[in-house]
Amino acid sequence: MNLEPVVQNLVFGLFVGGLYGIAAVGLSLVFGVMKVLNVAHGSLVMLGGYATYWAFTSYGIDPFLALAITAPLLFLLGLALNLGLFRFVTRLPEDDKIKNSLLISFGLTLVFENLAIRLWTADERAVQTSYSGEGFTVADIVFPYTRMSGLVVALAAILILHVFLTRTYTGKAIRATSQDWEAASLMGIDVQRTYVLAFALGTALAGVAGALVAVGYTVTPAIGLAWTLKALVVVVLAGMGSIMGAFGAGILLGEAEALSVYAFGASYREVVGLVLFILVLLVRPQGLFGRR
Amino acid sequence: MHIWAWGIMLDVHAISVAYGDLQALWEVSLRVQEGEIVVLIGPNGAGKTTLMRAVAGLQPPFRGRILIDGWEAQGQPPHRIVERGVVLVPEGRRLFPGMTVLENLEMGAYGRNPRRLREATLRRVYEIFPVLHERRDQAAGTLSGGQQQMLAIGRALMSLPRLLLLDEPSLGLAPLVVRDIFEVLRQVNAQGVAVLLAEQNAQMALELAQRAYILEQGRVAAEGAAQDMLQADHVRKAYLGQVSPIVEASK
Amino acid sequence: MLLTLRGVSKSFGGVHAVRNVDLQVEAGEIVGLIGPNGSGKTTLFNVVTGFYTPDAGTVVFDGQDITGAGPAQVCHLGIARTFQLVRPFLHLTALQNVAVARAYGREPAKSKRQAEEEAVEILDFIGFQGRSRVLARSLTLVDRKRLELGRALAARPALLLLDELLAGLNPSEVLAGLDLIRRTRDRGITVIMVEHLVQAVFAVSDRVIVMSAGEKIADGAPAAVASDQRVIDAYLGVGHHA
Repeated sequence: MNLEPVVQNLVFGLFVGGLYGIAAVGLSLVFGVMKVLNVAHGSLVMLGGYATYWAFTSYGIDPFLALAITAPLLFLLGLALNLGLFRFVTRLPEDDKIKNSLLISFGLTLVFENLAIRLWTADERAVQTSYSGEGFTVADIVFPYTRMSGLVVALAAILILHVFLTRTYTGKAIRATSQDWEAASLMGIDVQRTYVLAFALGTALAGVAGALVAVGYTVTPAIGLAWTLKALVVVVLAGMGSIMGAFGAGILLGEAEALSVYAFGASYREVVGLVLFILVLLVRPQGLFGRR
Repeated sequence: MHIWAWGIMLDVHAISVAYGDLQALWEVSLRVQEGEIVVLIGPNGAGKTTLMRAVAGLQPPFRGRILIDGWEAQGQPPHRIVERGVVLVPEGRRLFPGMTVLENLEMGAYGRNPRRLREATLRRVYEIFPVLHERRDQAAGTLSGGQQQMLAIGRALMSLPRLLLLDEPSLGLAPLVVRDIFEVLRQVNAQGVAVLLAEQNAQMALELAQRAYILEQGRVAAEGAAQDMLQADHVRKAYLGQVSPIVEASK
Repeated sequence: MLLTLRGVSKSFGGVHAVRNVDLQVEAGEIVGLIGPNGSGKTTLFNVVTGFYTPDAGTVVFDGQDITGAGPAQVCHLGIARTFQLVRPFLHLTALQNVAVARAYGREPAKSKRQAEEEAVEILDFIGFQGRSRVLARSLTLVDRKRLELGRALAARPALLLLDELLAGLNPSEVLAGLDLIRRTRDRGITVIMVEHLVQAVFAVSDRVIVMSAGEKIADGAPAAVASDQRVIDAYLGVGHHA
């Protein structure tokens, strides 16, 4: 049996899984800490993609270097969204919090989508660097530069986030808040400020994911909900609020999709995630990495 | 100590608290002076936890005032109240289960001043609870009930409180462990920390405290010196009998 | 002497709440009454205002023995008091609340019109200018406290007993309250105040009386009382007898 197509698919699965992971981690961070479901997360990924595209086409900035601009830019957008909108939701009781955050973020999805059509038209966009389409080959397995770099960026972002959450006082406060916000407030943690920071971080991570989408794949104004759905599947697979688990689950979904493409063809790609989703909910409702 | 320091640290003045349409406290007043141990006794559902949560800022009163050294604390968020040196060890301990013992303690020292002094405070807390030092790298969720209560108190001490609020610290613990916890409260108090303790274990609590309030159905039913409460007939009958009123009622 | 207590004792179920207390108050004084919780301050107040009859001893007010007289009669003779938990008539205006009080006590008003006119003056005094038509229910805590003082003043007392009038107030409100108490004395009204805020009492009182476990343990000028070892022990004991 010729293993090469399997391995090649697994390699591509790893690349796309890293992207799923980074998109899901941001959503998971926001959900875990604030207990709000931001379905506009995919739209933030889309905006990150356009920001990268705009930096590249207008100023010729390399998309990976542009992360130094796009991530902070999206961080600021996150701050603004929280101060202008979500701040009013996070003060509500638990049930209202979920409902209202759904309404607000659905609205945001529509706003962002139409804004993007206005600014960049509905055409498909992608960043075509000089090294796009190139790569190196090891034992007949192709490693494209852009996707390789994307995976490295995703891993680096996750590593930085991990160090931040486990080594710094502020990061620990974010974790404490996600585990028990009342107890956190009794420690002297300003919970509302922690929310603002977590939301901005989640938005910045969406921006990073968007940049990787623009480089390795394509961006249109309509991709928002698709990315939200993908991220949501990953978050549920990992367990709601399991931040690091979300990255692992992203890789897992990427690989599962890649294998299914090999086994059943590309038309069943989207089904795999949903089947996994249902299986996990049936067998392990707290998620693969979640605590009961 | 100078006469000007004889202050009332906590002055709860006629507060009323409601959860939605359900009123839980009716014009409850309570005071804690510097360095005092005050105990709050009363049956389940009398409003002890609500009162504690109101003082800590988790459940703001819709009427009345809560003064901390004269500062109006009602309606302030919990972290501002912690800054003023009033810290709650909540019912059920409420640790961060996925974080280590040490991380839990670090969170206790989150405020600016406590954070600056946290190494010294940490040594003190480890002295009081050596078991927390042994288990510092263990996840808090894996500790035994008694150890969890110790961690909850240790975590509160990390924020350098001047007034420690404890909501049912003995709940679900073995008598020997409860005795240890009470001994620690005595030690902590001897170092100048005032204590407001809500307890169902009235006998032990009254022996520890200088003053007591009895809360019944959301109102202060009685207050006085803890010594007198130990002697008072209705207290003995309701809270110090061999048979607890809850057990009796369920018969 | 405006008020003289001689050998007053009162006990409840074998517990001595007040034990053999002698006390004198001169006209025009502000006297502060302090002491740890349960030291007998409130019981003493209730004996003077006629809510309790003492087991032993006499209470003489303005030359008249009022021992065992009921609250209504004591009020009629010119002793008024405020209560710690203020309870104005919530559905009446500030003016109506004071005017109603003007119908009782010493020299009650003869007509509704006279009561209201005199109530206006009292409202001005307590700082309610222009707000006399506000319903009591919509008043803040500090304004309810002022109104409580206004209602007591409406009884035209010679002696006013303030039971924790300053409780629940923040420091700036306490300062304003102290000013109001001084101005009350300047109207020729003698004031005895029970207060937990020791600093406030020392700041405003001409004389401070300290109670502990039912007995009077100190009586004198604020500075002298503040350095009295028995007083210091009584207060430190609160936090340190365990």
